[in-house]
Amino acid sequence: MTHAQASGRPRTVYFFGTCIVDLFYPGAGLAGIKLLQSAGVEVVFPDGQSCCGQPAYNSGYLDQARAVAWAQIKLFAKDYPVVVPSGSCAGMMKTHYPGLFRGRPEQAEVEDFVARVYELTQFLVDVLDLELDDLGPPVKVTWHPSCHSMREMGVADQPKRLLHQLSKVELVELPRERECCGFGGTFSVRQPEISAAMVTDKIGAIAGTGADLVLSGDCGCLMNIGGAIEKAGGHARPLHIAEFLWERTHGRR
Amino acid sequence: MAAADFRAKAHDALGNRELRANFRRAMDGLMSKRAMLFADRTEWTALRALGAAVRARSLLRLPELLEQLETRLRDNGIQVHWAETVDDGNAIFKDILSRHGARRVVKGKSMVSEEMGLNHALEAEGIEVIEADLGEYIIQLDHETPSHIIMPAIHKNKQQIARLFSQKIKDAEYTEDVDRLTDLARRVLRRKFAAADAGISGVNAAVAETGTLVLVENEGNGRMCTTVPRLHIAVMGLEKVVERLEEVPPILSLLTRSATGQVITTYVNMISGPRKPGEKDGPEEVHLVILDNGRSRIYADPELRNTLRCIRCGACMNHCPVYTRVGGHSYPGVYPGPIGKILTPQILGLETTGDLPHASSLCNACVEVCPVEIPIASLLVRLRSEGAGKTPHGGAPVKGAGSRRKSQEDWVWRAWALVFRMPLLNRLSNFALTRFGWALPSDSPLLREWMTVRSRPRFARRSLHELVRREGIPHE
Ligand code: SF4
Repeated sequence: MTHAQASGRPRTVYFFGTCIVDLFYPGAGLAGIKLLQSAGVEVVFPDGQSCCGQPAYNSGYLDQARAVAWAQIKLFAKDYPVVVPSGSCAGMMKTHYPGLFRGRPEQAEVEDFVARVYELTQFLVDVLDLELDDLGPPVKVTWHPSCHSMREMGVADQPKRLLHQLSKVELVELPRERECCGFGGTFSVRQPEISAAMVTDKIGAIAGTGADLVLSGDCGCLMNIGGAIEKAGGHARPLHIAEFLWERTHGRR
Repeated sequence: MAAADFRAKAHDALGNRELRANFRRAMDGLMSKRAMLFADRTEWTALRALGAAVRARSLLRLPELLEQLETRLRDNGIQVHWAETVDDGNAIFKDILSRHGARRVVKGKSMVSEEMGLNHALEAEGIEVIEADLGEYIIQLDHETPSHIIMPAIHKNKQQIARLFSQKIKDAEYTEDVDRLTDLARRVLRRKFAAADAGISGVNAAVAETGTLVLVENEGNGRMCTTVPRLHIAVMGLEKVVERLEEVPPILSLLTRSATGQVITTYVNMISGPRKPGEKDGPEEVHLVILDNGRSRIYADPELRNTLRCIRCGACMNHCPVYTRVGGHSYPGVYPGPIGKILTPQILGLETTGDLPHASSLCNACVEVCPVEIPIASLLVRLRSEGAGKTPHGGAPVKGAGSRRKSQEDWVWRAWALVFRMPLLNRLSNFALTRFGWALPSDSPLLREWMTVRSRPRFARRSLHELVRREGIPHE
């Protein structure tokens, strides 16, 4: 929180879209950018950006992860906060970049970058104190907090605080919400049966809430959960919180 | 046990409804009990930091503290034996027991003894070993191994135990009443304690400055094993040492609250020597066997060393979404769950257990609850690296490092890094995937695994990069 708050409300922020948003959920990225813009913040999207490096990191290929991470860091050199519409990618930066570069010449630059990283809802609530006006019809939603948003990024109740501002949105608590949905990147295909058991339990819990939408701040989880709901012919539609907030507050359906 | 077994066993466990229900129920209970005792976040954070510091400090000075411990134990009249391998450890036990002509042994819960396969080794010599911890007694009756490091019979429900007792205990009536079941076991065990020639126990912490062995338990069986027979042999991994007596209370507090949601256990045994002249009880001889079994090798690497901080509370498995679903018997080696995933490959080697570090979604639930702040997820990643033969600069390679290396995988990650490092390449590949990604064959092995319970992921028609350009968002 220190960086942007110390300098007051920032006028400009960087947006790091993440590879999965880039290729599968660009609407979530765009909605995140628009939310920031509508709060009066100028958004810069460095064009050369790609991926935080997490896929290689989690597979144990640290050299490759480091090379890709460094390629990103260089693109975000100015003193702006870096806003990321994913707790997992932001968590990769915050929790693992320092270790990846410890004792290397790039260390200081990396630490400066890391101190500027925010998960989107954290930034909207903690820094911008965003106020929302609900324009949508009544709807029942449930919230899936991602493991890395909670445990690496320290995202707490920010997403729910945003949702609670929406007067016609009923938020139903997801039982065992803190339990992993079973995505875990390569885990889902290296241990497919365990992963399947996890996501099957998760979509069962979601169905039990009766929610029309299952919201999350991480597209990896959404791809996993959404894919499983679709295959099972379930009801709840998966949606990134940024897209949901933008739809509700700007009436675009 | 080969790693391939993990997937096969996990498959069986996942299909066993009763087993899954047993674990789910038990883990839910343990999680909520623990949560109640750590409700005060400030206290938890402070106590945990203290616990982590105590363990880290002990490890930093491990060789020196072990020497000090040995000296103090000897001063106290406790005989110390060093075992480099499990075979050495078993041989030491056999030797001590045969010198005393011991034929009947009672034993308290000890995971290190499981690691050694001690029961087997002693039974092969014709020595009767009776597990005196209720959970251990249950699984011994059923010829099983522990499915949990704290609650070894947690995979069984009441009805299963009732059936087992009525079949295996002489003259036992079938009952599902927990108190009566406990009473049945108690009656058998009491007789065994009285007749035992020796008692074996584990150790929760060994204090270097005082030469004290600390042992916590809830049933009194530990106290019986260590005081009733004439001979007591304790066994521990070499990492269990702490420097000062005052470091024990925070460790125990973290241990019992994390493990069973108890503020303190019913029994806290502080063993500081054999019976002294004039004393009415206690063993005439006390021995401590200190086992290495690969721990020195773990110790040699500053990052991997953190594995040895573990106080075996079991919280990581109680909170693990994988463990909860596959149960303790799916894991190779004796330590299941997250701690097993980092410890077992380092002891047994990555050749046979290199898949274990990959059997995690890296959800960090274990990291969140570990009372001594072991960075379990980072260690899993390190072991994944080791499997691929990528020991970091200045690190000590894990046993079997490089044995899981696949050149194909090396190439995939090299190509990946190139594409995600070079904006132009990234742009090209994004273009190709958004336009033609749908044409990728669905029968590729990875996609097939994904699609067993999920629909096929669909690439967007335009990447975020393209949308940003189209919307005129500054994209320097
Ligand atoms: S790794 Fe941590 S949580 Fe797991 S058993 Fe050891 S001390 Fe407990």
